[in-house]
Amino acid sequence: MSMSLLVVQILNGLQLGVLLFLIAAGLTLVFGVMNFINLAHGVQYMLGAYLAVMFYTLTGSSLLALVFALLAALAFGLFLEFVVFRHLYERDHLDQVIATFGIILFLNQAVKYVWGAAPLSLPIPELFSGSIVLLPGLTYPIWRLVIIASGLAVALLLYILVSRTRLGMLVRAGANNAPMVSALGVDIRRLFMIVFGFGTMLAGFAGIMIAPILSVEPGMGDTILILAFVVIVIGGIGSIRGAFIAALLIGLADTLGRSFSVDILRLVMAPSPARTVGPAIASMLIYLMMALVLYFRPTGLFPPKGR
Amino acid sequence: MYRGFTPLAAIAALALVTTTANAQDKLKIGLIATLSGPPAVLGQQLRNGFRLAVKDLGGKLGGREVEIIVQDDELKPDIAVTKVKALIERDKVDFVVGPVFSNVLQTIFKPVTDAGIVLISPNAGTSNFAGKECNPNFFVTSYQNDQAFGVAGKYAQDAGLKKVFLIAPNYQAGRDALAGFKSFFKGEIADEIFVPLGQLDYSAELSKIATAKPDAIYVFLPGGMGINFVKQFRQAGLADKLVFLSAFTVDESTLPAQQDVALGFFAGANWAPNLDTPQNKKFVAGYEKEFNAVPATYAFQSYDAALLIDGALKLTKGSTADKKALQAALQKANFTSLRGGFKFNTNHYPIQDFYLVKVAKRADGKFQTEIAKKVFTNDADIHAKDCPMK
Amino acid sequence: MSRLPIAIFLGFALLPMAAAFGAETYLLDLFMRVMIFAIAALGLDLLVGFGALVSFGHAAFIGIGAYAVAILASHGINEAWISLPVALVAATAFAYLTGTICLRTRGVYFIMITLAFGQMAFFLASSLAPYGGDDGLTMHARSTLFGLSPFKHERLFYYIVLACLVGCYCLCRALVVSRFGRVFRGARENATRMATLGFDIYRYQLAAYAISGALGGLAGFLLANATDFVSPAYMSWQRSGELIIMIILGGLGTLHGAIIGTLVYSLLGEWLSGLTENWKMIFGPLLVLVVLLARSGLLGLAAQVAAWWRKQHAEPQA
Repeated sequence: MSMSLLVVQILNGLQLGVLLFLIAAGLTLVFGVMNFINLAHGVQYMLGAYLAVMFYTLTGSSLLALVFALLAALAFGLFLEFVVFRHLYERDHLDQVIATFGIILFLNQAVKYVWGAAPLSLPIPELFSGSIVLLPGLTYPIWRLVIIASGLAVALLLYILVSRTRLGMLVRAGANNAPMVSALGVDIRRLFMIVFGFGTMLAGFAGIMIAPILSVEPGMGDTILILAFVVIVIGGIGSIRGAFIAALLIGLADTLGRSFSVDILRLVMAPSPARTVGPAIASMLIYLMMALVLYFRPTGLFPPKGR
Repeated sequence: MYRGFTPLAAIAALALVTTTANAQDKLKIGLIATLSGPPAVLGQQLRNGFRLAVKDLGGKLGGREVEIIVQDDELKPDIAVTKVKALIERDKVDFVVGPVFSNVLQTIFKPVTDAGIVLISPNAGTSNFAGKECNPNFFVTSYQNDQAFGVAGKYAQDAGLKKVFLIAPNYQAGRDALAGFKSFFKGEIADEIFVPLGQLDYSAELSKIATAKPDAIYVFLPGGMGINFVKQFRQAGLADKLVFLSAFTVDESTLPAQQDVALGFFAGANWAPNLDTPQNKKFVAGYEKEFNAVPATYAFQSYDAALLIDGALKLTKGSTADKKALQAALQKANFTSLRGGFKFNTNHYPIQDFYLVKVAKRADGKFQTEIAKKVFTNDADIHAKDCPMK
Repeated sequence: MSRLPIAIFLGFALLPMAAAFGAETYLLDLFMRVMIFAIAALGLDLLVGFGALVSFGHAAFIGIGAYAVAILASHGINEAWISLPVALVAATAFAYLTGTICLRTRGVYFIMITLAFGQMAFFLASSLAPYGGDDGLTMHARSTLFGLSPFKHERLFYYIVLACLVGCYCLCRALVVSRFGRVFRGARENATRMATLGFDIYRYQLAAYAISGALGGLAGFLLANATDFVSPAYMSWQRSGELIIMIILGGLGTLHGAIIGTLVYSLLGEWLSGLTENWKMIFGPLLVLVVLLARSGLLGLAAQVAAWWRKQHAEPQA
């Protein structure tokens, strides 16, 4: 196992982690502040990717595609909030699960109806295509570095927003005790809308960034949704810091697990069964991690105080 | 108060019993394919190919008006079983055509053949049904998986490639793919990776490939998996360093998404859109006009399935009543296949040619695979000898 | 038993008569699957409706029961009096072991950890290459009972499943009204008070969790025989989600609501998918509407309608 392989895998893990963070951040905010389980967050991510493809086909410019897709994703998210989600805040978690599940069914099908079932593709922006040499014998795609960088930038932005602005203070208070915040005279409806819109934009942004690497297809949000939930549970619901750390942890564990599980297993069993059992264990790894964390910390690693 | 529920249940039951009056004159074909989720495009090609054939034949097969009932198996084998049973019991179809995927085939095989209905697979062609478990009611218009997978192996061996890296998904077809390749390629295998089915991010695997520095890579990653892999492969700068050999990874169903990144990549197949027979040219032109997409193997094999049914019914004068006569008529393969020569082996799998194809860009900007070299001629699969049918 | 559950079971019992006029095997097969999932749904309703323990990994119990049957069958063991106990014990053991860990958490964390275990079962099944892995395992013969093959005859099998459903319903009903059930329900209302009264909530919840696991295992045993096939897909999180939707659709915490919910969800999906390829575009919003408008599921809706109806007819005639 070479050094460069390890470095590449760590970078890949960071990239996955950063992507998970972008999605989990919105999810944990919405859950923490509004106590709203939004299963439809995954389709928000998918929609971001589809909108990026659509606007790129229309404008031919990656930058314009990014901007328009982001705005459109935000608009659509707010629309969903206004039409459906708003009525669900008071309801049971289970009701929220079903309603948002219904939205998933509808949107996955609608996207297939509008854009067809065939996977779509988005080229990497010219400026960032290709690979650079990080170390001798180690080339790494530039776009993946861009994803890592933008994810870290967003994390920093969120940190500043949440801990240094008044809005952030309201969000943190809301995550702790929403009725109290409302009782103190803050327009809780508007706060919810802003939080939701922001979360939606983050998910859409994740979709836009990953579209050039992964194929854009119906249902692409479903697997990542489960991962995002695992992230926010491990991190502690309502905590952005928790989501960030948990996301990176999961991203690294999943990537390193997938790449080295077979090699590690080959130390104790024959190559052929190792090759089929390895990937299975790698898939289970993050769930094992979650079970472990919840065993020792039943409310996650960094639950906001007061939960 | 709630006594209304009993008659309600009965009404609900009867409502589902929707048998069309006097449906014996119309030939009913049940089409089962994966029409939801990422692999939906394959099911759509399969369905479109069949529909186009029926349209080209004037809406009739063997002189009988055709009703095609399409069911979506959602790539869930247990749902496929229920849908197929509905086709047989509720819709009383005369033929079942499908499926796309081998795991679905495993589950629908028994219900269909046990009911005495002919099952024609225009895509899945697993080894067990070619060998010991062959059945007089089962016909395949595609190929036996081993053959398709062996093409690249033979080519690699003949071309003198020394070191090859293998990658496939961790399920039966994936394992068959790599076994098929290795049955012809006797050089060094750099490594063999099985990825979880549905995996989309190949950063880990690509790093391993780069480190191993093989001459070539053999890939079987269907659908969205292949799209992602190919893109990431090109992005990692590996396309210039090694030969890309594959099966079902760069075909007309994935090329619209892959586009330029797949240019020059090789695959093994039993057909390509530019295969030079007059009936194929007509088919490709007709398909593109009707569906605005380049047809892939799923479409052409499904088209052939319709032609097969048509040809057989011509021999039985439109009747499906005598099962043995129908089976014999199907065995004769009384039609001109789009791929040229077509014959059934004793196990009802085709004996056909296989080619190495190469991804190319057409003058009109669309992408397709083109024949580079014929690798197998009149190839029969190796499992036929295990089949009790003679 | 009140009149509604009797009516439901009567409906199921009479179905084969009605079905004989049409596509018998298909209808029997369809309603049999409904009843099988209803058995699992009963177990889930016990947890969710009466205990407020939302298990998002319930499909795993079905899968474990089903795989127990199929794995034994692949080794030539088809006897029901071996495979049924094995299925039940395996599912119950899994429920008990995972329950000890899951029940240390509450609320959404409980949901997530049950999901985690469900996923682990799923990936474990996918990795069992000798038993089909991702492709699943076909059963070449159904379970036999002391040499006889009751499951081969569609009608007999149907009535066996119905008997199981009625039996499980009675079991759950008895549990719910018993002292055990009252403690369990009390824990949902106010766990602190129950603890103050001296009850060890954890033990009651664990017992309920194990029982619901056993019901899932039974459903799995029947499902394997009904479809002649098992696959990891039986344990996917989407399946667990569907079970939750079924019980909420019918009406949580009513037991027969679980059966109704399963019936409606399955039939609706079956009917809609026959109408159009894009049926999920109709089904999705339908679910949303049901949630927004029918607060206690279909039973609640029916109760509201009935109450309105009674009010309309309470006025003396003019």
